[in-house]
Amino acid sequence: MTETKKGWLYRHRYQLEDIRLMVRLLNESLTAKIGIILLSCFVFMAIFGPTLSPYKPLVQDLTNRFVPPSSEHPFGTDQLGRDIFSRVLYGSRISLVMGIVVTSILFVIGTTLGLTAGYFGGRVDELLMRLTDMFLAFPSLILAMAVAAALGPGLFNTMVTIAFVAWPRYARLARACCLQVKEETYIEAAKAMGMSHGRILFTQILPMILSPLIVQATINLGGVILTAAGLGFLGLGAQPPEPEWGLMISEGRRFISNQWWVSGFPGIMILLVVLGFNLIGDSLRDVMDVRMRR
Amino acid sequence: MNIGAYIVRRLALMVLVLFGVLVITFTVSHVIPADPVGAILGPQAPTHLIDKINAEWGFDKPLYEQFLMYLRNLLRGNLGKSIQTNNAVLDDIMMRWPATIELSTTALLFALMLGIPAGIISAIKRNSVLDHFVRVFSISGLSMPVFWLGLMLLFLLYFQMGVLPGVGRLDTSIEIGRRITGLYTVDALLQGNREAFINTVRHLIMPAFVLGFSATGSIARITRASTLEVMQQEYVNTAKAKGLSERLVVFRHILRNALITPVTIIGLTYGGLLEGSILTETIFAWPGLGRYATNAFMMLDFQAVMGVTLFIAVIYSVANLLVDILYAYLDPRVRI
Repeated sequence: MTETKKGWLYRHRYQLEDIRLMVRLLNESLTAKIGIILLSCFVFMAIFGPTLSPYKPLVQDLTNRFVPPSSEHPFGTDQLGRDIFSRVLYGSRISLVMGIVVTSILFVIGTTLGLTAGYFGGRVDELLMRLTDMFLAFPSLILAMAVAAALGPGLFNTMVTIAFVAWPRYARLARACCLQVKEETYIEAAKAMGMSHGRILFTQILPMILSPLIVQATINLGGVILTAAGLGFLGLGAQPPEPEWGLMISEGRRFISNQWWVSGFPGIMILLVVLGFNLIGDSLRDVMDVRMRR
Repeated sequence: MNIGAYIVRRLALMVLVLFGVLVITFTVSHVIPADPVGAILGPQAPTHLIDKINAEWGFDKPLYEQFLMYLRNLLRGNLGKSIQTNNAVLDDIMMRWPATIELSTTALLFALMLGIPAGIISAIKRNSVLDHFVRVFSISGLSMPVFWLGLMLLFLLYFQMGVLPGVGRLDTSIEIGRRITGLYTVDALLQGNREAFINTVRHLIMPAFVLGFSATGSIARITRASTLEVMQQEYVNTAKAKGLSERLVVFRHILRNALITPVTIIGLTYGGLLEGSILTETIFAWPGLGRYATNAFMMLDFQAVMGVTLFIAVIYSVANLLVDILYAYLDPRVRI
């Protein structure tokens, strides 16, 4: 009972020290800083965009079609006279929410399946591995297109599609990490103490393998946004008049000969937000590498 | 294990995986209640017509029967008929695949020729300006929406500056002559058609660059990482201590081991390029499999969808198999 007396902070002092070290290392890395700044901007846009935006994203103004970027319309207007800056602001909410929701689903499903398979081994494991083999045997965009086409377009279906296509990678990663940990002596000790399988999995193994999974999730957030934009671009994702970035690029495509800004700005947004996630994911991975070498 | 047994085992696994791919695509395209017949005929179509077409295509049979029917036909080399073109799917694929292969192979060459040297130089001159540039370039390559890059280049290089042709594989005014391989560059060369060759190469540059852009980034990254790793090995120090020149150390001792990792991901990269060709072909009106697939998805033309998916899965698996064999050859440690 002495343990509980000393409190949560004391019992978790090693984990906390690790986190503090990671924060310090991240603070030293330039790429991490750039990534964090980029992402903070997008989170800010997603939260406050609707209040900040000078125009309504769906309001058409046919007298002001294809206005080039100017002080009144910083990103210009599109074929229906809608203000692209406002649409891009609203779009950041769509893309970020999609990224976060899909990645969370992937994280939960992939980790659960991977952990179970890795921990119990045997037939379950074999079955899961062969299943993921099949998913990974062909380009995921094609499968995503097939699912999206069959489900029909729309934002919700896009999220379902991407989750359906992307879970095997997580499952593989979680399984591989679990295999590394499960033979450790402390797991054996936990078993000897009579701890249940479920408790071992979630209180003993999961915390140990969380870091690679988080790195993967960070990088994957960018990937989800890219895929969603790609599906939107192909007409299999978001539908007009939704201000989704991929769809906006696709709408501007017909006018690319002169009005570059219609497609141009939504694309820059995609590039920057995905870059932000990649930079952070990369630096996180470096930081964790250092920790292993320590 | 000797290499023959290894190949046989891998081939057997490949067949299994491809069967799985079929099951997945078939399930996805048949279980989810999309209505291809309705999509073609429109909402006002009379029911007896819909029933008739359903019966004709076997859509009214139970699912496993449809699947068995598909498998039987597949083994006879019959991939079914496309709704959009009204041709046999196999013929459609045969007509279009050289365009896609030409594009993605050129893109792969681009990526290798740019990415590998960039990665090596970046590792050797670590933390120099060049190194930073390569790293920024490669990470933005991974973050780039390819279809956007294509549109922007199209705007800049075709519409504004007019230095490169815009869409398609060849100017309409130019004849390629007989179709021998279907690869325009090769056909033009074989027939000594200089004008067509130059024209088709000019058409290739922009789409291949766009398609290969993110692959270049990832190859540069991986090459850099693996070169750095090799440079820390003891034997490199030994070579340096022996007094070998830097050039000799790099070319004879570092490169051989540093290049193993990039080689192993060529297969995966190629698969990624085939995938990327879907978006790239849409933008550059490239008459290949990607555009065919996109149209097939739009029209819920599932025979064509399954045909293309299977075809790409086969190329993907074969590419990976070839690379793994190459890997086993390059790195004897794998052959256990």
